[in-house]
Amino acid sequence: MAETMALAPPVRYNDDVVKKFVIASMFWAIVGFLVGVFIAAQLAWPALNFWQPYLNFGRLRPVHTSAVIFAFGGSALIGTSFHVVQRTCHARLFGGKALANFIFWGYQFFIVMAALSYVLGFSKSREYSEPEWHLILWLVIVWVAYLVAFTGTLLRREEPHIYVANWFYLSFILTVAMLVIVNNLAVPVSIYAAKSYSLFSGAQDALVQWWYGHNAVGFFLTAGFLGMMYYFIPKAANRPIYSYRLSIVHFWSLIFIYIWAGPHHLHWTALPDWTQTVGMAFSIMLWMPSWGGMINGLMTLSGAWDKLRTDPGLRFSVTSVGFYGMSTFEGPVMSVRTVNALSHYTDWGIGHVHSGSLGWVAMITFGAIYYLVPNLWGRKGLYSMRLAAWHYWISTLGIVLYISAMWVAGIMEGLMWRAYDAQGFLQYAFIDSINAVHPLLIIRWLGGVFFLTGAVIMMYNLIMTVRSPKTATSGSGLIGLPLPATGD
Amino acid sequence: MPTKIEKDVISGRDTTGHEWDGIRELNTPLPKWWVYVYLATIVWALGMFVLYPAIPLGTRATTGLLGFSSRAQAMAGFQEMNALHATQMQEIGRVSFADIEKNHDLMEVALTAGRITFANNCQPCHGPNGEGRIGYPALDTDVWRWGGSLDAIQQTITHGIRSADPDARNSQMPNFGGDKLLTPAQIEDVADYVMTLYGKAKPGVDTSAGEKLFGDNCAPCHGAKAEGNRDVGAPPLASRVHLYGDSRAAVVAQITHPRMGVMPNWNHRLSPATIKAVALYVHSLGGGE
Repeated sequence: MAETMALAPPVRYNDDVVKKFVIASMFWAIVGFLVGVFIAAQLAWPALNFWQPYLNFGRLRPVHTSAVIFAFGGSALIGTSFHVVQRTCHARLFGGKALANFIFWGYQFFIVMAALSYVLGFSKSREYSEPEWHLILWLVIVWVAYLVAFTGTLLRREEPHIYVANWFYLSFILTVAMLVIVNNLAVPVSIYAAKSYSLFSGAQDALVQWWYGHNAVGFFLTAGFLGMMYYFIPKAANRPIYSYRLSIVHFWSLIFIYIWAGPHHLHWTALPDWTQTVGMAFSIMLWMPSWGGMINGLMTLSGAWDKLRTDPGLRFSVTSVGFYGMSTFEGPVMSVRTVNALSHYTDWGIGHVHSGSLGWVAMITFGAIYYLVPNLWGRKGLYSMRLAAWHYWISTLGIVLYISAMWVAGIMEGLMWRAYDAQGFLQYAFIDSINAVHPLLIIRWLGGVFFLTGAVIMMYNLIMTVRSPKTATSGSGLIGLPLPATGD
Repeated sequence: MPTKIEKDVISGRDTTGHEWDGIRELNTPLPKWWVYVYLATIVWALGMFVLYPAIPLGTRATTGLLGFSSRAQAMAGFQEMNALHATQMQEIGRVSFADIEKNHDLMEVALTAGRITFANNCQPCHGPNGEGRIGYPALDTDVWRWGGSLDAIQQTITHGIRSADPDARNSQMPNFGGDKLLTPAQIEDVADYVMTLYGKAKPGVDTSAGEKLFGDNCAPCHGAKAEGNRDVGAPPLASRVHLYGDSRAAVVAQITHPRMGVMPNWNHRLSPATIKAVALYVHSLGGGE
């Protein structure tokens, strides 16, 4: 340590870019949740489509998914990865202010342009990959800059080893680059046209899309946020990681197995049976590697469970790990061909995605942001613990309403669609299943309203935290100085 | 290069000796149950590879010990369900409507098949109970454009209306406004008269000019008493049921720039027997003749 101290003059971490990403993340959270609540209302009350193109469900749905996954989640991932990589490498962010600012503004520009293009009717119609080719080219440039900044920082680290959180972040950055590039191989109609055709066709095209789609879940929404979990839980709990060996084994297992699981999105389609079997088998093997992260997250709290009473941020993190465990069990179950025959195309899928995205992704992010904001802005703590507790309960209730409504709706749809009468005719028409799930769609909408309300409370709490008086001792951001004790 | 391996007081485990920003790691072995369950899933996956199609061999793949095929399984399911009504459906396709109506079993199968086929194919336009909506005819009334007998309904479903089918029902209402066959003032006169036919006219309006224009221009198709003509699909106007609405504005709009709906021919999607079943079902909705 003394050697590091001797490296005068002291250099500051680049906290500025982290702050920007935290603000962007919260902004996009509100936008994304709001659009989500609106399109949930459209599903329950179709008149809200207003019979014009711009607010049509078909255009707003990708606005919602992109806003929550890539804008809210992406900003949170890039921001926290910059925070974590600097502190665990004991090094300032590579590339200086200019590169960091390029990544921030470049990424935000991509998000805004993508959302605008959806509303105006431009879409590749590939789920979670809707932006047309010119926007993707821009995204790739920004993403490569991100990779350079991240790995550059890793290379200039002053720690002998690379911390586990950074393995996850790096796997997320590299794999997302590969996924985005391959899934977007396309031929533009003309250099001036925002329209392109995929390089692949038929079942191959579908398989490439779901190889992308499933690994967007695996590497964006799982590996990236596990990186977040591996830093903020031990930091907030002030406890060592439960098992280093488990982190190695589950990391490599997860990375190796996830990439094969995509075909389970295409059960009972034109995809050959053998490919479906491969997807299903790897999905089942994915169960324990996923749970390795949950075990390490939860067991790290041994000896610090009492902190849950006093630290609402940690409460979010721990609950998120619980939801992570639940949805990474539910996923393999749904990937079994027989179960999938019931669950596919129903609201069960939507419920599964949201137990992962609201329960795991959003809550682990809330935990990290509740930790980060007082730290980055040098405040003693949050403006109001009571408000944070309200946020916790209201959003948990929202998730429970959401996913239980979708379970019931999905299983009901699956059973109705396959019901035959004694004479061998379908018992129900599609419209019958829509009528049947209508009350559940309203409950789901209500769950979304709860979740959005919680996020608004959080936003207010964070703004008031930043506006509260600065405490001199915190948030120096100096490399080489011990950081303040946190989480209490 | 572990530098300072310590014992964690709470867990009693050693740390690995690394430290990052104050975070340390315990050297806890893998939880045994985790390892066993992980191995079990791998064994299970290997089992899947043996039992099911799983390994690609160039242009084909291993079939697996169970000989599973998702396509074959789906087809078997369809066949099993079809077998439950195959003889009856064959019979429905073969015999006349009158014979079906006399046979209680056949009629039951036909109405069941008709109901579900209608619900999954016709409902989006004609409504859940065939009640119709603006632009899409109601099927539960006795007001028919092309006829409400079983044969007429069967003909309409099979070949469609203004569809691509050569035997489609076809007709065209003259474009009275667009082709300047009538002036806007004349069209308003006609509309005023038409509204008297179903009792919605404003009292005190002189409709004699409109009546004259109607007789010259509309009566050839819609009939002198506006009772309609099914040979050309001209709807009765002296009726409470109106395809495009009964307001004055709707009537003026229809005369000025007539809308003429298209119904698909279903013979390329539904079997003749199924179409007969749908005809029987539609016929039973309340307006059958």
